[in-house]
Amino acid sequence: MTTHPSVRPAIAAALSRIEQAQPALQAFQSVASDLALARAEVLDAAGGTAGSLHGVAIGLKDNIVARGFTSTAGSKILEHYRSPYSATVVDRLEAAGAVIVGTTRCDEFAMGSSTDNCAYGPVHNPWDLTRTPGGSSGGSAAAVAAGLVPVALGSDTGGSIRQPAALCGVVGVKPTYGRVSRYGLIAFASSLDQIGPLARSTREAAQVLEVISGHDPRDSTSAQQPVPAFTASLNGDVRRLRIGVPRHLITSDVDRDVRTAFDTALDVARSLGATVEDVELPHTDMGIAVYYLIATAEASANLARYDGVRYGARAEGVSTLGDMYERSRHDGFGAEVKRRIMLGTYVLSAGYYDAYYKKAQQVRTLIARDYTRAFESVDLIALPTSPCAAFRLGERADDPLQMYLADVFTVGANLAGLPGVSVPCGLTADRLPIGLQFIARPWEEATMLRMADAYEAATPWKTETPPTR
Amino acid sequence: MAATLGQDDVERVATLARLAITSAEREQFAKQLTDILRYVEQVQQVDTSDVLATSHPLWAESAWREDTPQPSLPTSEALANAPDANQDAGLFRVPKVIG
Repeated sequence: MTTHPSVRPAIAAALSRIEQAQPALQAFQSVASDLALARAEVLDAAGGTAGSLHGVAIGLKDNIVARGFTSTAGSKILEHYRSPYSATVVDRLEAAGAVIVGTTRCDEFAMGSSTDNCAYGPVHNPWDLTRTPGGSSGGSAAAVAAGLVPVALGSDTGGSIRQPAALCGVVGVKPTYGRVSRYGLIAFASSLDQIGPLARSTREAAQVLEVISGHDPRDSTSAQQPVPAFTASLNGDVRRLRIGVPRHLITSDVDRDVRTAFDTALDVARSLGATVEDVELPHTDMGIAVYYLIATAEASANLARYDGVRYGARAEGVSTLGDMYERSRHDGFGAEVKRRIMLGTYVLSAGYYDAYYKKAQQVRTLIARDYTRAFESVDLIALPTSPCAAFRLGERADDPLQMYLADVFTVGANLAGLPGVSVPCGLTADRLPIGLQFIARPWEEATMLRMADAYEAATPWKTETPPTR
Repeated sequence: MAATLGQDDVERVATLARLAITSAEREQFAKQLTDILRYVEQVQQVDTSDVLATSHPLWAESAWREDTPQPSLPTSEALANAPDANQDAGLFRVPKVIG
């Protein structure tokens, strides 16, 4: 990553790029020019370039809070929410010299795969403005793809970093569950959510991951695991690395261009000295069902906090407390969020808990076991990130189940708590990006990043840029 | 399990979720949630006898710490985002609970 001898001009340039791109892309939800420039001046005044991210402009998904910034999580209910504190990832980025320039647009409460569910309107894909950037971290992916910022943070509950990274032709990393603190992440599904970086290259993503990883006493789910120097592991040597491919999942439902790009990518991995073999993940076809049962159940509990009392919007003209709760939530939440709260509430309700929620948790165990078994014979699992390239905005907005099926290759890593990376691996005939995903054992981000980096160096995809850039 | 959500079920669930819904939403949710339930119901075909439920994907140790007071948000900042608050008294204000 470039270091800037003078931070202010670099940040001013990023702010101006964002402003110019905003009408077409809508990648940012809010831009904090004053805060960013003030921060740049502080860095310049302090002198030196000590931090590993000195002067790097960063976009923050709109569901990660930073003191003084407005964080809406894509929801009307948080339209005016200004956080009194910063997420741990923000503190760590700033301590490394990074400058947060604004918040990037996302599906409401990160519930979606297209940004169609953002209450403020969707983000447009820089490769084709009529298409989705993917979701839910679509704003982060579009901002990086369009070159507005070198890095943005996203959150990944069922693929929300990796899928938009794939659809926008950038690198996206979902770390191991517990690797990165979620203190200050607006919660969606707490047994699945994880924060991670999106960047133009694996190396830049690794550099940011190194900064934001590590135990945080403020997040009881953050792990006491040593953080390796991820960038140091990017040595290009992937000889004898064993890659497993669950062929049985890559059916004819996957677009032909995606299948072709995936097979070509495996050839590249072989040419680099890795071996490729088939693995079985027999319960993975249950992944989407399990995911939507667990994620909605957890969401229904997490979103109970939006009650019109402590923060968030309150409906006008309410006369009783109960009325206030019900109408504030009715007016404040969008259709998809309501649907998920309803589904989650239903599967947790008396008489249905065992048949749906508990059953899903048990099948989750079986899915995780499949991965554990597969990782006895291979070091990485490779899959396409998304079964298709960017689809048109609005195309699936009226068919929630169809939208859910887009997560087929990404939910497994969340359910099993595993790290995953998406790296660009080609373009469709229409010049839309395609993503290749590597999944690793818990805490072995270094292995998967080494593979992604070696693959990236051996292929031309990083040099392809969207027409709007 | 017969996964058909009628409008009565939707009403009941909305009440549990503290969510007001319009009659149009009730109708739409009944249809959409029925579709989704029929899809997710496939988990019930899996044999899970003797399989433990996963609530945390990687480990299950509790995070312990000493119960010592730490600095926290000042009251004024904690109240700053409230739709209605009495800053002087340090209270959130809500509609009457008891008539």
